[in-house]
Amino acid sequence: MNTPNLPTSLVDNPRLDRWIRFEPDRTVRIATGKVEIGQGVVTALGQIAADELDLPLERVKILSGDTTHGPDEMYTTSSLSIEMSGGSIRLVCAEVRAKALERAALRLNCSRDDLTVVDGRFLQSGQETGQDYWSVAGEIDLTQPPTGSAPPKPASSYKVVGQSVPRIDLPAKLSGAAFIHDFRPDNLVHARVLRQPNPGAMLTSLDEAAVRRAAKGELKIVREANFVAFVSAVEGVAQAAAAAAPQHAKWSKVRRIMSQQEDAQWLKGQSNEERLIGAPAPATGPKRPVEITVSRPYVAHASMAPSCAYAEFRDGRLTVHSHGQGMHPLRKNLAQVLGLPVEAITARHLHGAGCYGHNGADDAALDAALISRHLPGQCVRVQWRREEEFGFEPVGTAMLVTIKVDLDEKGRPADWTTEIWSGTHVQRPGMGAGYLLGSEALANPPPEVKPTDPPEARGGGGTRNAVPLYDVPTHRIVHHLVQRPPVRTSALRGLGALPNVFAIESLMDVLAARANEDPVAYRLSILSDRRARRLIELVAERSNWKSRAPAGSGDGLGLAFARYKNRAAYCAVAATVTVEETVKVERVWCAVDAGLVVNPDGARNQIEGGIIQALSWTLKEQVRFGEQGIASIDWDSYPILRFSEVPEIAAELMPDDGNPSLGVGECSVGPTAAAIGNAVAHALSVRIHDMPLSRERIMAALLKT
Amino acid sequence: MATALTVNGQARKVDAPETESLLDVLRNQLGLMGTRYGCGLEQCGCCMVLVDGKPVHACTRELGTVAGRAVITVEGLGTQDKPHPLQQAFLDEQAGQCGYCLSGILISAKALLDNNPRPSRNDIVAALDRHLCRCGSHQRILRAVERAANAMQGGRPA
Repeated sequence: MNTPNLPTSLVDNPRLDRWIRFEPDRTVRIATGKVEIGQGVVTALGQIAADELDLPLERVKILSGDTTHGPDEMYTTSSLSIEMSGGSIRLVCAEVRAKALERAALRLNCSRDDLTVVDGRFLQSGQETGQDYWSVAGEIDLTQPPTGSAPPKPASSYKVVGQSVPRIDLPAKLSGAAFIHDFRPDNLVHARVLRQPNPGAMLTSLDEAAVRRAAKGELKIVREANFVAFVSAVEGVAQAAAAAAPQHAKWSKVRRIMSQQEDAQWLKGQSNEERLIGAPAPATGPKRPVEITVSRPYVAHASMAPSCAYAEFRDGRLTVHSHGQGMHPLRKNLAQVLGLPVEAITARHLHGAGCYGHNGADDAALDAALISRHLPGQCVRVQWRREEEFGFEPVGTAMLVTIKVDLDEKGRPADWTTEIWSGTHVQRPGMGAGYLLGSEALANPPPEVKPTDPPEARGGGGTRNAVPLYDVPTHRIVHHLVQRPPVRTSALRGLGALPNVFAIESLMDVLAARANEDPVAYRLSILSDRRARRLIELVAERSNWKSRAPAGSGDGLGLAFARYKNRAAYCAVAATVTVEETVKVERVWCAVDAGLVVNPDGARNQIEGGIIQALSWTLKEQVRFGEQGIASIDWDSYPILRFSEVPEIAAELMPDDGNPSLGVGECSVGPTAAAIGNAVAHALSVRIHDMPLSRERIMAALLKT
Repeated sequence: MATALTVNGQARKVDAPETESLLDVLRNQLGLMGTRYGCGLEQCGCCMVLVDGKPVHACTRELGTVAGRAVITVEGLGTQDKPHPLQQAFLDEQAGQCGYCLSGILISAKALLDNNPRPSRNDIVAALDRHLCRCGSHQRILRAVERAANAMQGGRPA
């Protein structure tokens, strides 16, 4: 018997009932470990199940992020949900459908092949049989492991997959309570936290009387070593206490950092772990060397909502509600800090605002859990303050990327070396050097662990998209994982893809100019991947590339391409800009090949969002440092792109041509940044290598021309 | 001391200090969760409500300043079963990703259309420019407001 190659999620959760359950109200509950973070995944997974079970979408209820009833699928990251969770749900549903039809065929004394499924009812030669999923559900053993032996439907038969089904969670979000912040159990108390300024800092004194005066209401102060929280039945009281507390707290062992550490250049020369990917260095020196160095600063997730969580201790059990990206990992991490057995903790996901990676969500959950230990039987709601969200979320690391190529006689890269300096891109709790923020303030803080980055098998971190997809005979990537960046860094949409694609695609334009060739033609001359070529040709056509004006006019048109992680969706972007003192992006064209797209409008929404977020990063965003740490702690000091700055965007999806689904959520960020960089270089006739492409950098570049 | 005000057309009495923020009053006393906390600094727009028809930030507005006034929150626009044309247009355009910014944006859009039933794209941009959206749904949101304006033509705005 041949064992099919099951997705990791099914191997890790080998019971059908972890994934599917028939409910008495003629619905089917599909469980997933992946969670909604504004990307529409709950809707898309429902579509996959609906097709495989021959059910209308309304009969599919998704249970997402539940440690008691749902599967453990680690974190919702890396644009993997459709491939991983969707692939698993598809196999599970195909198998359960086959089992259900088998049972019905036995009852009806007919062949399974005589039966068809309509709205969950089983028909025999088009006639009602009185049998359906729910009538036979009790006879199907869902405790069995999935075998993957039932073939899923051919894509040609899909009715729901491939349709732009509206998001099932959006109506509530447009009309009232819908988010974790809105949950109001009866035994609720509100809490805010006094943050330890940095790991290792010791609270030497706290003027509790002064805090109570500022709170102007009944206040409980919870203190455990260097962790302090303010709790009240009245939210405003807890908020006022927390707002006043920093000026009444004295800390020792406060670390000072310098504002120049905020620049990516600082990374070079810091203690780092060096790693080589690819070919060894060539024996002889380059004949025709060309070099480019680009940088990106530290960037914030800057979620619209502050992190929030609920925790309740009752009879030795802890129940947590969180908007983190993985409830099973959160449960394990909490168990470790709290010294509880994993089974004593239930973690459930509730929707938060978009997070775009690892922000403060998990940390808020530990805050709530720590406080709830002091208040058994009460549901503790922690909400971070805005300055806390900006000041204490892990940020996307700064990166410095140098590419050195040796050209052949025709001006094409014959040898390629990328050198990357970067902090780690992943410090999720339980992974590498990751920790839950509050644990650093406890009596026994976690031991310091050397940082790690995701391995190449998972797409890499600093090295993500560093390997060129172009036809280059030999390449090597030298990755310097800087050991101690001045602030906590972790996963932000795309990890290292944006700076790496920015570097590669900037270099392509530089090399084309050097060869006196058109940038599109130059790219196509060293790109044999047909799916990639098709996209570049399409956005060139859409942007009227052929009539591109000469460089230096102040108006620019730029183009860039990447395949996310070199294995997920392909994406090409062209953009027009007008550059005066600042960059105004006028129009963006984008083409994506993501294979089979479950929900085209949902995918386009993600692609458009990625474009706008990348524009904001590229043009405006930089986390600022002060002596005490992060100094950009509100929307004035950390501005993002506004309605008046957003360009017209046209995002197109290619026909799937029978290709399987490829992760799409992060594919547009790298090509967008690089297209803007190239468009600005075209507008100015001089290239800006460091992001953000700010007014100061434009003025400096203009002085050079 | 109780403060009297009108919320979504209903007379309400709120027993809270006059200095309490309107945002906390709406959410924690009146159970109206559609008005959301984003920054507490009037910088993001997530907490926008109408006070006597004008969009204001509920996060910094004290309860005492709205005594006797009419407050409209997103719950006052429409419900999931009976959405306001603006809410319907946002659904039709799938104008949103995480959705956290949308209730505040709907309020500013309502104020705009009440005063200017046929806004230009520039009018809409100007009305929404103090709202932040981190997911990048801006173009869909602008199209949704245009769609709502068109839908409301010929009929009186709700």
